[in-house]
Amino acid sequence: MLPDRHGRYGQYGGRFVPETLMPALLELEAAYRKISRNREFRRELAWYLREYVGRPTPLYFARHLTEELGGPKIYLKREDLAHTGAHKINNTLGQGLLARRMGKARLIAETGAGQHGVATATVAALLGLECDIFMGTEDIRRQRLNVIRMRLLGARVIPVESGSRTLKDAMNEAIRDWVTHVRHTHYVIGSVAGPHPYPMIVRDFQSVIGKEAKAQLKVREGRRPQCLVACVGGGSNAMGLFYPFYHDPVRLVGVEAAGHGLSSGFHSATLVAGAPGVLHGSYSYLLQDVWGNILEAHSLAPGLDYPGVGPEHAFFKDSGRAEYVSVTDGEALEGFKLLSRTEGILPALESAHAVAYLKNLAPYYSPDDIFIVNLSGRGDKDVDAVAEALGLSGGAD
Amino acid sequence: MKRIEALFRTLKQRGEKALIPFITCGDPDLQTTRALALEMAARGADLLELGIPFSDPLADGPTIQAASNRALQHGVHLQEVLELAGKLRRDTDMPLVLMGYYNPILKHGLERTAREAAQLGVDGFIIPDLPLEESGPWRKAATAAGVASICLAAPTGGPQRIRKAGRLTRGFLYYVSVTGITGARTALPAELAAALKEVRSLVKCPLAVGFGISNQEQVRWLAPYVDGVVVGSAIVQRVARLKGKELLKEIGNFVAALKEPLKP
Repeated sequence: MLPDRHGRYGQYGGRFVPETLMPALLELEAAYRKISRNREFRRELAWYLREYVGRPTPLYFARHLTEELGGPKIYLKREDLAHTGAHKINNTLGQGLLARRMGKARLIAETGAGQHGVATATVAALLGLECDIFMGTEDIRRQRLNVIRMRLLGARVIPVESGSRTLKDAMNEAIRDWVTHVRHTHYVIGSVAGPHPYPMIVRDFQSVIGKEAKAQLKVREGRRPQCLVACVGGGSNAMGLFYPFYHDPVRLVGVEAAGHGLSSGFHSATLVAGAPGVLHGSYSYLLQDVWGNILEAHSLAPGLDYPGVGPEHAFFKDSGRAEYVSVTDGEALEGFKLLSRTEGILPALESAHAVAYLKNLAPYYSPDDIFIVNLSGRGDKDVDAVAEALGLSGGAD
Repeated sequence: MKRIEALFRTLKQRGEKALIPFITCGDPDLQTTRALALEMAARGADLLELGIPFSDPLADGPTIQAASNRALQHGVHLQEVLELAGKLRRDTDMPLVLMGYYNPILKHGLERTAREAAQLGVDGFIIPDLPLEESGPWRKAATAAGVASICLAAPTGGPQRIRKAGRLTRGFLYYVSVTGITGARTALPAELAAALKEVRSLVKCPLAVGFGISNQEQVRWLAPYVDGVVVGSAIVQRVARLKGKELLKEIGNFVAALKEPLKP
């Protein structure tokens, strides 16, 4: 089972952090290995996932989208219907309960789109923990609604002015805070990225997505899907869906953000166009220049706007277990419109990337085949950005 | 590496402690860095730490982040830092240690970085995001080339980790004074003196302390417990504020003042 005891997935992963944090990572790993096996903890987590998050989320057969694409049957895993409107809560709830058992009084988190920040602030409110969320000022501007949600939930939103003022910089600042307050603070990393044991912990908590989908499809269709499609920024929703199917003969497709196009240089397609290196504590694919400085990522979807990616995805890529592709901002907007019109579901711009790529896969599959697309979040947060990009006004027609 | 060992040996015989100033290489430009390095060497610096600019310095506070950005804007990267170190080596025998994050070194190549650094007269490296667990490949490359891989130890570490760091480090052990990031602090933790005493009892190698140390009083307080004191952000702040002759004079005077309590 990966990771190995050094936190490696093949050559990827590891713990590239300041010495000050190493004991905290070792403590977290030991606590997680012990607590996650504890029957009472598992019962507690399952109870909250059911009663509070609203799981299981539906596996919805998207009939009209299927007809429109004219290929395989498309099922949507409706993570957008989870409490707070995205899959992020699966992980923050797990880590929040873990932190409480570890005796940590404060949660910190980085956020890009604000979904992970909201999910962390929600769990902090629920469990009575103090909460600080680091967010780039560029993202604060783009995701005003989520900033207000976090504040209403009692969290402090700390603006990050450094670098590109987006997710990567928020993560730098969260790590700096954690180095300083490591004794009583738990850092809730929101993706399958960061130093070991985070990629493993986040994968495990998000695996509920794939486990449910597998069981739900078995009941509905009595068989396995042919293909899974999910968007990849850091990669947590994709890993959550993919991982329980790892040993099954199922094609795994991760869709990255090509932004303005791969050749423009303004994109977030780390696995498609990046190279291995070390960022935020792990060895994985990165967007970097020839000197090893980290490049700014670009995507209309703020949750994909990250120049790194989880190390297990890097391992999946190199081993060929999953394939990684990309779609542009423009294609993602088409995916957004497509799902809105055919199914009456506004997807998050991140999830719209996965929807958008279906047109490239559908022609190669028959109506007997089954796809599961991870609808990782809902699009309410993106309405302003989409309206701006499409030139829509809120006035009378 | 031999220069570092010789330095601490000589100082010990004299009952003296090392002053280790840090500046970011290329902040605001390479010429200034060179002039500052030579001025500091002349005014009491015993070993120089040169920062390699990096886009995402996550162990650094705002002062060194800003310095790193200024240097990057002038196109200063690992290659330029190595070249400058080579030039400095022709003018001074002061040990030179490069401090930088892992990714640029990895990108340049571990063996290549260590080999080129050794050829140019660099004595060691401090890599703040490379803990003991991950440092194997780099330590191997550094040892083969003859540059010191200097390990860090932190207050969160506990005796076992500190002992291990003391065993694996080359040149000296860099003890991080605070649970936190770099940056000048007006107050250091009161328990620091006791912590340093404990570290001293756990390791045999020379011991230096850094992070947050910003004035002569703090240096005076820490001097009895260590073999060297690192001052970074307090110098970098002055580099950001001043220019030209005024900058050289101010840094020279500051370094001389910091060295004062370290003399026998």
